[in-house]
Amino acid sequence: MAQTIGSTSCEALIIGGSAGSLDVLLEIFPALRSDIRFPIVIVVHRKPSNESLLTDLLKSRTTLAVGEADEKAFLIPGKVFIVPADYHMLIEEDRSISLDYSEKVNYSRPSIDVTFQSAAEVFKDKLVCILLSGSNSDGVEGLKCVNRLGGRAVIQNPNTAIMPYMPQQAVINVKPHVILDSHDMAQYINKLND
Amino acid sequence: MIDNEQVEILLNDVLENHGYDFLEYSPASIKRRIIRLYGLDNFVSFAEFRYTVKTDKQYFKRFLEEITVNVTEMFRDPSFYKSLRNDVLPVLGTYPFIRIWVAGCSTGEEAYSLAIVLKELNLLHKSLIYATDINPSVLEKAKKGMFPLTYLKQYSENYLQSGGLKDFSAYYTANYSLAKFDESLNSKMIFSTHNLVSDHSFNEFQLILCRNVLIYFDKGLQHKVFNLFDSSIEKLGYLALGSKESLEFWPKAREYKRVKMEKIWRKL
Repeated sequence: MAQTIGSTSCEALIIGGSAGSLDVLLEIFPALRSDIRFPIVIVVHRKPSNESLLTDLLKSRTTLAVGEADEKAFLIPGKVFIVPADYHMLIEEDRSISLDYSEKVNYSRPSIDVTFQSAAEVFKDKLVCILLSGSNSDGVEGLKCVNRLGGRAVIQNPNTAIMPYMPQQAVINVKPHVILDSHDMAQYINKLND
Repeated sequence: MIDNEQVEILLNDVLENHGYDFLEYSPASIKRRIIRLYGLDNFVSFAEFRYTVKTDKQYFKRFLEEITVNVTEMFRDPSFYKSLRNDVLPVLGTYPFIRIWVAGCSTGEEAYSLAIVLKELNLLHKSLIYATDINPSVLEKAKKGMFPLTYLKQYSENYLQSGGLKDFSAYYTANYSLAKFDESLNSKMIFSTHNLVSDHSFNEFQLILCRNVLIYFDKGLQHKVFNLFDSSIEKLGYLALGSKESLEFWPKAREYKRVKMEKIWRKL
């Protein structure tokens, strides 16, 4: 089977965040180019109430299509998928979405670890995962798994994070990684398109 | 760890040796459950895990309970229960007798929630709730109607948001760390094992509740289960699903009409 060795092309981007990550997302989204060629998945810890708030906020700040990650929908390029509150999201080999209402992981549902790990198995070295601000350590194990399977781990500079604990834990435990200030993130994502 | 091929080997063993068919479950979810259990129980090799699952009947009980997701809640999604209370059950109340099937009831929280609403609508005396699950051990818990007291604050909030009329604590007595629910509630429940993958329709119902079960099935199996439900719902009966589940891609969906904004459909 043909395989591009050392290829750095991105086939999926997953962004995980907790407390303090919304500001970063709102900063990133208006600056994203409109011809992004990979799906973007957003996993953010939040209360189950006010379900459509995050989707609406992001929708109003980008020309990309933004919608909730629906059960069994396919991850399609150029679309932003918001993982629903109170469900974990997994990705199948055929790149469709499986939602899961099992036990919380790191006191969280959705758990960032769950989606990072699942995406890593499917997209391997074609995956980029970004971990943003937050005050627990969800996402750290996931980023390790992403690294192990050849994907790229990107971490928000803890100094620019409202809640630095989560990115700090990642910086300490995940090697190698890329550290980015929040205002450099959109440009980094746009470049993944090249 | 455990790869896709090993998952398939294990699930084939389970089917051959124990008669449970997980081959049409969503692969990523079932794989995650298997890896989780493998880690929890400290197996050192896949071969050992496979041998134990295959041959140890006692362990298989645990396998079955852990491989399926049994996370549930009372009055989960309060707006859903509000719609049952206001839009669905009053219609069923005009019938002389109400038969309800809670499919995949797990430890019973949804069945007890439903019984509470029926009681408040003065319909419980003429209702029968069939609560089924693939898993005999969760049904044993469901029969007892005892839930951890630590969750009751959340359940009580859900209940009030769903339009509950009473003081929620009137329905249970606290017993150490557990809340034991009133026996008038489960006196109208019949618990039985039923496997949605392999078992057939066993009655006709006016309402089938199956919430957050189908998300673990692949599309083909989902459609088979919808067909099973279709053959088990009376005309003008209702089908209620979990908040992220939908009839949308099922060919017969056009024979069902959605009830307001909730995941409830009425058979036309």
